[in-house]
Amino acid sequence: MIPAQFDYVRPTTVEEALQALRDGGDDAKLLAGGQSLLPVLRLRMADPSLIIDLGGIPELRGVREDGNEVVVGAMTSHHDVTRDDILRQHVALIQEATKTVADPQVRHRGTLGGALAHADPAGDLAAPALALEAKFVIAGANGTRTVAAADFFEDYFATAIGEGELLTEIRFPKYTGWGARYEKFNRVAQAWSIVAVAATIKVDGGTISDARIGLTNMAGTPVRATAVESALVGQSATEDNVRKAAQAAAEGTSPTADADAGTDYREHLARVLTGRAVLAAAG
Amino acid sequence: MARIRTTVDGLVYEDDVEPRMLLVQYLRERLGKTGTVIGCDTSNCGACTVHLDGMSVKSCSVLAVQANGAEVLTIEGLERDGQLHPVQQAFHDNHALQCGYCTPGMIMQSIDLLGDNPDPTEHEVREGIEGNLCRCTGYQNIVRAVQDAATKMKPGAAPTAEAGAKQTVAGGGA
Repeated sequence: MIPAQFDYVRPTTVEEALQALRDGGDDAKLLAGGQSLLPVLRLRMADPSLIIDLGGIPELRGVREDGNEVVVGAMTSHHDVTRDDILRQHVALIQEATKTVADPQVRHRGTLGGALAHADPAGDLAAPALALEAKFVIAGANGTRTVAAADFFEDYFATAIGEGELLTEIRFPKYTGWGARYEKFNRVAQAWSIVAVAATIKVDGGTISDARIGLTNMAGTPVRATAVESALVGQSATEDNVRKAAQAAAEGTSPTADADAGTDYREHLARVLTGRAVLAAAG
Repeated sequence: MARIRTTVDGLVYEDDVEPRMLLVQYLRERLGKTGTVIGCDTSNCGACTVHLDGMSVKSCSVLAVQANGAEVLTIEGLERDGQLHPVQQAFHDNHALQCGYCTPGMIMQSIDLLGDNPDPTEHEVREGIEGNLCRCTGYQNIVRAVQDAATKMKPGAAPTAEAGAKQTVAGGGA
């Protein structure tokens, strides 16, 4: 199928994009990489009257360091994220998770900001962003505001980005020297995650000194496995200790049941994948 | 309507298109480049894969207007002076197809993969073509073909179609 008719604009600055959003009202939709939006339009699950293509705004692309943070422009492609040296050194977890997103063609077009703003609970980048305590910079009519990851994801496909606003950058604290692993369980190549676990771990002399763990698709929003994080800190990174701590991975989650998995099975996966992710990240 | 100017397989085309027109529709219905096929409605199958500014994309998931100012390379732009591209030849030599429907996308994605990784392992080939579905072959001969092409393309035999002679074609065959 082909999409319903819409008007199309391609602004070249954030200011122009915000103006287009104001002019377009409720019925305008932002187009980032289009790898979720275009299938939705094709299937006529949405029929916006105006598409605002963010692809022509250079200031929204790229990765840079800013003091203790790494700043990623919202329109930076998954492909560019997976190859960036700054991210490899300081925010390895987002890179590990991004490598598993969909397939190479989709990673060439899809963007970090687009995926996070779409907020699909089975998407792979929200859980690492939450675990990494990323900050989201949102531009609107009254300038920019910054939202913590814990407040950004509100519900299924719902974020703190308000009407007339757009996500411009994602700011990650540096996790230099931390190990990272994204363990994803899906049915076939390029399928959505049934459950996935994002873990980044700091090990000092064989002892886990800090841990951040986020769960994908264990609720309508990404969930932080705080009970596992606290259980890990101070432990030596042995298989036994990690598996024991990972038993708490499903605490505080509310997974759905669907054709792929029931809630019990998702909870089981969360525990198993957390163990694997932490061991790999600590290795 | 939006005015777009694109270079497709070395020729420049200018056309007015509806913003909702998909790149794959533009290629097939306006330019008659039916070598690029549509295999699904869900962005899964990869049969419509083309290169957009040198990177593989699913042309069902790109609007024609987004290709404005860009260079597109399709399966139809690979042959040079009657010679198949080494990846096309390797698919032929290794019988890497049965019905052939996935082949244009498989070949375009394989060329992208080899540009990135000229000597992929079997596992890397399988990962590299994970966005392309084949329902006939079980992938065995496809993987063999990509690895065969890799050995034959060494060293430095990257696709050169993007560098082809350009001339403007008004109306784009509409």
